[in-house]
Amino acid sequence: MIETRGLRKSFRSRAGRETKTVDAVRGVNLQVAEGEIFGFLGPNGAGKTTTLRMLATLIEPDGGEATIAGADLRKDPAEVRRRIGYVPQGGSTWDESTAREELVLHARMYGIGKADAQQRAARALAAFQLTEYADRKCKTYSGGQRRRVEIALGIIHEPKIVFLDEPTTGLDPQSRAHMWDEIRRLRNDGMTVFITTHYLDEADALCDRIAIMDNGEVVAEGTPAELKREISGDVVLVGLDLAATPQAAQALDGEAYVNKLETADEGGLRLYVDEGATAIPQVLRRLDHAGLELRSIELHRPSLDDVFLTKTGRSLRES
Amino acid sequence: MKFARDTWLIFQRQIQLLLRNPVWVFVGVFQPVMYLLLFAPLLKPALNAPTQAAAYKIFVPGLLVLLAIFGGLFQGFGLIAELRAGVIERSRVTPISRLALLLGRSLRDVVSLIVQAVIITLLALLFDLRVFIGDLLLAYLMLALIALMTSAVSYGVALKVKSEDALAPLMNTVAQPVLLLSGILLPLTFAPGWLQGIADWNPFSWAVDGTRALFAGDLGSDKVWQGLTITAVLAALGVFWAARQFARSVR
Repeated sequence: MIETRGLRKSFRSRAGRETKTVDAVRGVNLQVAEGEIFGFLGPNGAGKTTTLRMLATLIEPDGGEATIAGADLRKDPAEVRRRIGYVPQGGSTWDESTAREELVLHARMYGIGKADAQQRAARALAAFQLTEYADRKCKTYSGGQRRRVEIALGIIHEPKIVFLDEPTTGLDPQSRAHMWDEIRRLRNDGMTVFITTHYLDEADALCDRIAIMDNGEVVAEGTPAELKREISGDVVLVGLDLAATPQAAQALDGEAYVNKLETADEGGLRLYVDEGATAIPQVLRRLDHAGLELRSIELHRPSLDDVFLTKTGRSLRES
Repeated sequence: MKFARDTWLIFQRQIQLLLRNPVWVFVGVFQPVMYLLLFAPLLKPALNAPTQAAAYKIFVPGLLVLLAIFGGLFQGFGLIAELRAGVIERSRVTPISRLALLLGRSLRDVVSLIVQAVIITLLALLFDLRVFIGDLLLAYLMLALIALMTSAVSYGVALKVKSEDALAPLMNTVAQPVLLLSGILLPLTFAPGWLQGIADWNPFSWAVDGTRALFAGDLGSDKVWQGLTITAVLAALGVFWAARQFARSVR
């Protein structure tokens, strides 16, 4: 459905007299299959939105190619526009218009006739449970209602692919859960959904496949399960005072069951082991033997954050 | 065909929103009405005009051109609000014509200007201004072309600077000298030679002269076709440039 090869974009930014070139996206290769929810996971500033805006024809790539729903992004952006829907991050509705007016107008911008546009708007309003508020001005809507209008706008012309830029940012937990259901419904209706997110749980729970992006590059790609499996085994978090951490690291480094050891800046260790249940008693014995006092010990299954950490050396929560 | 339909679509939407909040048309006309009521009566003695009506024939056309210039130049603010709301971005992912996105909005501005011009003209009639209807319609055409140009330029600049804080001083800096060098408030016939020399390079000064000739009933004057030609060419250039900004603008 989407295939990109070496997509690049850099921006010139000026700080005082110096102009700096920032490489926002440095050669992205992606393959998105039909009918999947594909997630772009990464910290703010990783280049997710820039990539999305290139794919949605809003900014022109500096280099690379992309085929989107069978249309060539560089040669025929007009055709790409007809086949995709795009829901921007910062909203797209006008305060003084009603949801129905916005939907009819947006459908007509795609060349759809007036009567057809009105029918589509009515159907979309019903599907997104907005009929009750359809003729009120957008400025009276709650955050969740407004986001639903915006998604309805993005798919009013029944595109093959819809791009959703951070669709749940700023929503309360309940609206967020509703939004996940809406997004799954789009996929079940046969649409390919491409979302960006910086929420780990969202990428994990919602996406069929994800690409992890950092610093303008895709650092990992696969299903959430595959990516987590790559980090074989479990993670044991050992809570220690800052002062005791180096000694503990020395004591545990080289133990046969520790595959990898990382020191946390604020004290404590992160141990990658094959089997957490057997490793923990050994860790306890070793530290006790070395006379080091333990604050806490925790076992957890690898998360996407661990994937991010192993690929980039940083935690997504910190960045 | 598609272009005409797209333009009509945007125009309709903009007019609908304008009618929902028509107070802005009247706010826009407030200042010129004040000039008409509180400043124009000083003109008969100042201009040495034989009658009040003669003074109005000089002053009202200038006032209308002023309204067209300023009304147009400040339309960019509305566009920045639309940019911020994401409405422009949402439009730009659809296959709608980029020129239509601009022209639909600028035509709304032209219509709102003409409504304001009619209000001013009607008020001026109360002060014994008399103008032949054919001449008046041609004068309105001139005003429409000016408003088309200034609003298009304002939209183009708004897309480039993307912030009200930058747009306001920029528009004021442009508008002030243009205003003073166009003989809007007082005819430049009073000006010293050097000032007239500069004013000859100001296209709005030609527009004001043309409009004044029309209000004077001097349809055959060269100033009429010169003014119309200059404003038409500039309006076309302004629209062309601004439409390109709509096509390429980022965010």
